[in-house]
Amino acid sequence: MNKSVSRREFLKTSGGVALFIGVSGILPQMISCKSKKEVQGIIQKHPLTAWVQLTDDGRVIIYNPAAELGQGSMTSLPAIFAEEMDADWSTVSVEFSPQVSAIYGSDKWSPNNKVMLTAGSRITYGYYSIMRQAGAQARYILMHSAAELWKTPLEGLSTANGRIMDNQGGRSISYGELVPHLTMPDKLPEFSEPDFKDPKNYRFIGIDQPRVDIPEKVKGTTRFAIDIKLPEMLFGVLERGKVHGASPKLNNESEILALEGVLKLVRFDYAIGIITETIEQALAAKKLLDITWSEAPSNGFNSQECFKKYGEIAADKSTGKVIVNEGDISIAIKSADKKFTVDFKNDYVYHAQMEPLNAVVQVGKDGNSAEVWVGSQQGFDSKLGIPKYLGIPEENVKINLQYLGGGFGRRSMTDFVLEGTGLAREVAPRPVKLIWTREDDVRYGAYRPLTLQRLIAATDSQGNITGFSHCVVGDGGNLVASGIQIDYYDIPNKFAEWREVSEGIRLKHWRSVGHGPNKFAIECMIDEIATYFRKDPADFRKKLLAKSPRALATLEKAIEMSDWGSETDSNRAKGIAFLERSGTLSTGVCEISVNRTTGKINVHKFWSASDAGIIIQPDNVKAQMEGGILMGISSVLKEQLTIVNGQIQQSNFDDYEILRMADIPDSIETEIIESRETPRGVGESGTPLVACAIANAFLKLTGKPLRHLPFTQERVLKVLNT
Amino acid sequence: MAGHSLTINNQTYNVEIKGETTLLWVLREHLGLTGTKYGCGIALCGSCTVHLDGKPVRSCTLPLSALKKDQKITTIEGLSQNGDHEIQKAWIEAQAPQCGYCQTGQIMQAAALLTENPNPTREEIKTYMNGNLCRCGTYLRILRAIEIAAEKIAANT
Repeated sequence: MNKSVSRREFLKTSGGVALFIGVSGILPQMISCKSKKEVQGIIQKHPLTAWVQLTDDGRVIIYNPAAELGQGSMTSLPAIFAEEMDADWSTVSVEFSPQVSAIYGSDKWSPNNKVMLTAGSRITYGYYSIMRQAGAQARYILMHSAAELWKTPLEGLSTANGRIMDNQGGRSISYGELVPHLTMPDKLPEFSEPDFKDPKNYRFIGIDQPRVDIPEKVKGTTRFAIDIKLPEMLFGVLERGKVHGASPKLNNESEILALEGVLKLVRFDYAIGIITETIEQALAAKKLLDITWSEAPSNGFNSQECFKKYGEIAADKSTGKVIVNEGDISIAIKSADKKFTVDFKNDYVYHAQMEPLNAVVQVGKDGNSAEVWVGSQQGFDSKLGIPKYLGIPEENVKINLQYLGGGFGRRSMTDFVLEGTGLAREVAPRPVKLIWTREDDVRYGAYRPLTLQRLIAATDSQGNITGFSHCVVGDGGNLVASGIQIDYYDIPNKFAEWREVSEGIRLKHWRSVGHGPNKFAIECMIDEIATYFRKDPADFRKKLLAKSPRALATLEKAIEMSDWGSETDSNRAKGIAFLERSGTLSTGVCEISVNRTTGKINVHKFWSASDAGIIIQPDNVKAQMEGGILMGISSVLKEQLTIVNGQIQQSNFDDYEILRMADIPDSIETEIIESRETPRGVGESGTPLVACAIANAFLKLTGKPLRHLPFTQERVLKVLNT
Repeated sequence: MAGHSLTINNQTYNVEIKGETTLLWVLREHLGLTGTKYGCGIALCGSCTVHLDGKPVRSCTLPLSALKKDQKITTIEGLSQNGDHEIQKAWIEAQAPQCGYCQTGQIMQAAALLTENPNPTREEIKTYMNGNLCRCGTYLRILRAIEIAAEKIAANT
């Protein structure tokens, strides 16, 4: 349709109605339309990217292609667009874009493949150039339209804060006033670096705008998927058991079906689903299920007794999957003046996003279409895998993305969406709201993997590291291997490998992924070596980072901020750590004390300095660093998910404790190094700094190393008493 | 099933729901007051915090049968007319929420704190707010928001 709309028809229908400017390199189009639904239908059917809607009353609606889980994408991505469009921010509102990855995806995940995925702290990185290009093109269309209207050369026009100015003619027009006069240029230029706005004229990039999603979150009117209510909606719950992958045999089906409000029981390979009229009926029926569970791959697995076996795997002569191999590690170790061999360990941790998993799904009566309301981090599977699950065409599935009550990686999995679909299919066309209880969310979680890491370092007699070898033993490939690289350290011989061991436990990306355990091991190893040679850990790292100026700058900044080396209170000590995550370079310093009677570690202060490239929203970056560091403190000091004979031992916040306000540090200070490099991710940069900074402070304070995450009071006491 | 009469945000609601049903699900799924959140179901996270006669309570463990008709329930929807309670304004000033899911419970708890103790110390804030979990790690900004609100309240009285 959009191609065939002539300019005349276009103008005829555009008076007083919404108007979309679609911008893409290939098919620049404008659509005018009376209803938003109709326009969204058009957008979904045509290869066209609509990033903005202008209305003739002056409103500018910018589409955000990313999920909003608290990281601020709803503000930062539109700010990039608005900057190049030169919009008046007071007229801007933001909506989620349609969930169509061929149109709104980014190719920064895999080349030539557009994906919508909010994970790995890659949203700003993934959409920076897309939003700039689209914003600049939207501005160009507006300028072109004004030039046509005024019959004046486009070159003589300029823009400022949502207006176009004709400096020669002494006239100006607002973007809103221009809407009835919009025309499409024959050709839309592709802009490149010199064409974009001069950063010194920036009004949004690098300048804080209040987050657009906060007022509703404070009023309580934000819609999370769990808040959706549809006519005729039913409720669903699943009982999944405590052993991952075990199959259920229901012993009291007729009893359950006879309960008030129970409409249907639905069998899954690993669960029994119940569909009821009300939520309380669903929860009551779930408690009465009598299920016998089958054997599963994780039967016999004990998460606190597996490290001996993992140590044997690390000691095996064969090599696993090699990830880093620079120089010659075996020669470096053989010729070492001093060799260090240290094992580090970490237990499983659980996501604990505050909104338990849920989804509202409606399957069409004929089973050939589906509509979903869900808080999802999106993913590689088109339309969250529903078309494949139901065996229906992609265009028959509509995803209504809602705000996410936390994700941290858990919501980049689609298990809960498909479960909701499986229930809704049984009662089509009535919609079903599937809710996971907190107990379901803990027990059938998908955790950050448990690992053992064997590090071997070689040094010369002066303490210079000549070789660094890192072997991680665990399950999940990149889930345990991410962050094992140390490109930034000037060490001539480096080696890193992953050795696989599978226990049948569900695993998933957890904020900063393998960086948490790997950076813990690497940075603690560095401090153990520095301490052995009586060198200051900060000075020691300065030397290692000598050839990485951007990294070094964060180290020096953190040293300055934290007044490193100035400890006066003998009951406190500072620890330092450096790392890269999602392209962002960060140094963290913390100050701790330890209660030697209870084993409790108190983190008093935390400082971080990061180089994340161009910063879109500085205060939001700080918020992400603060949040990441607090989540890090939580996981490092408290969080431990354990498994006995395959059974998950924890079920709620009584036995899986997370950080509470009483245990927060007095302050977290964050500095951002100024940079004109490509923007990188910050959502996960703070979290992995914590384990190593705390352990290094502990080593300085007590002379003893902490080598097993988490640092529970029991473990700390044990270390203190050896 | 018995009839219950509830006073919520100064409005009377008559519901036909089993008495063992918790106030949380009544608010959310029967009355559409979804600002009150489900987080744990065992009163350990505080996302479901509402006021009962002005005191903060966890609605997830409060059965309907335990409520009396004359008890006044206030939810986030009834805390202020237009989301302009001093606490809510301070929350925006501090840019406190991230994902936002726990924040309505945090705000209800904080509002009750300032009613009881308009000028709390940092330690008093931490103690009073300790039952409200936030996974995004906004605690320092919540603390700041409460301090901002306390300053504003002190300046206005």
